[in-house]
Amino acid sequence: MDKVMRLASEKGVVLFSKSSCCLCYAVKILFQELGVSPVVHEIDQDPEGRDMEKALTRLGCNAPVPAVFIGGKLVGSTNEVMSLHLSGGLIPLLKPYQLC
Amino acid sequence: MSSPSTELTKRMAIYEQFHQISRWGDVFNSDNSPNTGSSTIVQVDVRLDNKAEYISCEQVEPSRSDQETNKPTDKIQRRLAQNREAARKSRLRKKAYVQQLESSRLKLAQLEQELERARQQVSRCGMHNQLGNALMQGIYISSASDTGYFGLSGTVNSGITAFEMEYGHWVEEQNKQICELRSALQAHITDIELRILVESGLNHYCNLFRMKADAAKADIFYLISGIWRTSAERFFHWIGGFRPSELLNAVMSQIEPLTDQQHLEVCNLRQSSQQAEDALSQGIDKLQQNLAQSVAADLSSGNYRVQMAAAIDKLEALEGFVNQADHLRQQTLQQMARILTTRQAARGLLALGEYFHRLRALSSLWAARPREPA
Repeated sequence: MDKVMRLASEKGVVLFSKSSCCLCYAVKILFQELGVSPVVHEIDQDPEGRDMEKALTRLGCNAPVPAVFIGGKLVGSTNEVMSLHLSGGLIPLLKPYQLC
Repeated sequence: MSSPSTELTKRMAIYEQFHQISRWGDVFNSDNSPNTGSSTIVQVDVRLDNKAEYISCEQVEPSRSDQETNKPTDKIQRRLAQNREAARKSRLRKKAYVQQLESSRLKLAQLEQELERARQQVSRCGMHNQLGNALMQGIYISSASDTGYFGLSGTVNSGITAFEMEYGHWVEEQNKQICELRSALQAHITDIELRILVESGLNHYCNLFRMKADAAKADIFYLISGIWRTSAERFFHWIGGFRPSELLNAVMSQIEPLTDQQHLEVCNLRQSSQQAEDALSQGIDKLQQNLAQSVAADLSSGNYRVQMAAAIDKLEALEGFVNQADHLRQQTLQQMARILTTRQAARGLLALGEYFHRLRALSSLWAARPREPA
């Protein structure tokens, strides 16, 4: 959990993912489209991946990945990111971290 | 219960029934003679169905003539009660139906066993005459039937057949609601009453997404194939349903005039839903790629157990995609409703409903079109 929270606060936009997860890939594509380059942690390639997965599940997302943190705060999984984007709330959160 | 011959007739008819991918709504509505097996299944449900649960177009009109201030509240209460009653009846129907399905499933399994025995007997006797070949072919085609929701063991996917039944009712109710919306917009009913219709309409779509979530757990390929929709709708099928952009396109022309603020919000919604749609599209393309790679690993080997295990893992992601796509559809609908006034939302819902109704009508017309004899 500490590792997850530490990594989550390291940079502005953090995405916990698995290299095999295609929903994670979809979220990556969305961020690309929005001009944001999140720090991606592929937990299936991390030696502590199992623990990280448990920690992410405990944070309350219905799936451990994808898990998006913006400014150190948990935004959520694909569901939450999509809802936020459609309601117009995602871009304002990303503004400080956009590349253009 | 009944004589052996009618029992067998019934069982054969049930077997045929399960082979048709027909709308259960049609089964309920068509005239079933007492001797067909389908009457066994339909019995309980027809009784419940015949009660007038839904408000028809005709019922709405007379009551709208009184426009006193306390009438809307009564109407709201009445409508809510009717909705609750309809939901309760729907649950009862579903329960009875599933129970019927379970017993029919057992009968079907027995029948398949009998067929298998007959088939073995035929091949043992070495019947090579016309009748024997025809029988063998018939049995082979039957047991190799790829309707998707029963395997060789003869199990019926009751989750899917329940969905088919519910969806048939959903479409019927949708048609009624479109009708009501149209009359309501042409007459000059109050915004409060229009709100009731708009809320009903939005709730109705919520019901659809709930039904689809259950069906996704029962058989994801069924939802993805679009077999539950009509042919013209299927042409536009995207990850288990309509595209959010399709929804917005249908609605756009009917909601003008918009305020500047609304215009801005609608533009933003169009852009964000398109971005989300594109992201999911690329995600599912990636999933296809990954799946193909898994299946195609080491094609020279006759033993594909490892590849199958990897492929099954990938397929599990499919349900997530359909859920996300449905979530996107629902969010697009909710956001539109939030941006629009009651009257605009009513026009939007009418436009959307009418659009899909026309696609369904197009499918029927296409299927029935006169064609050159071969």
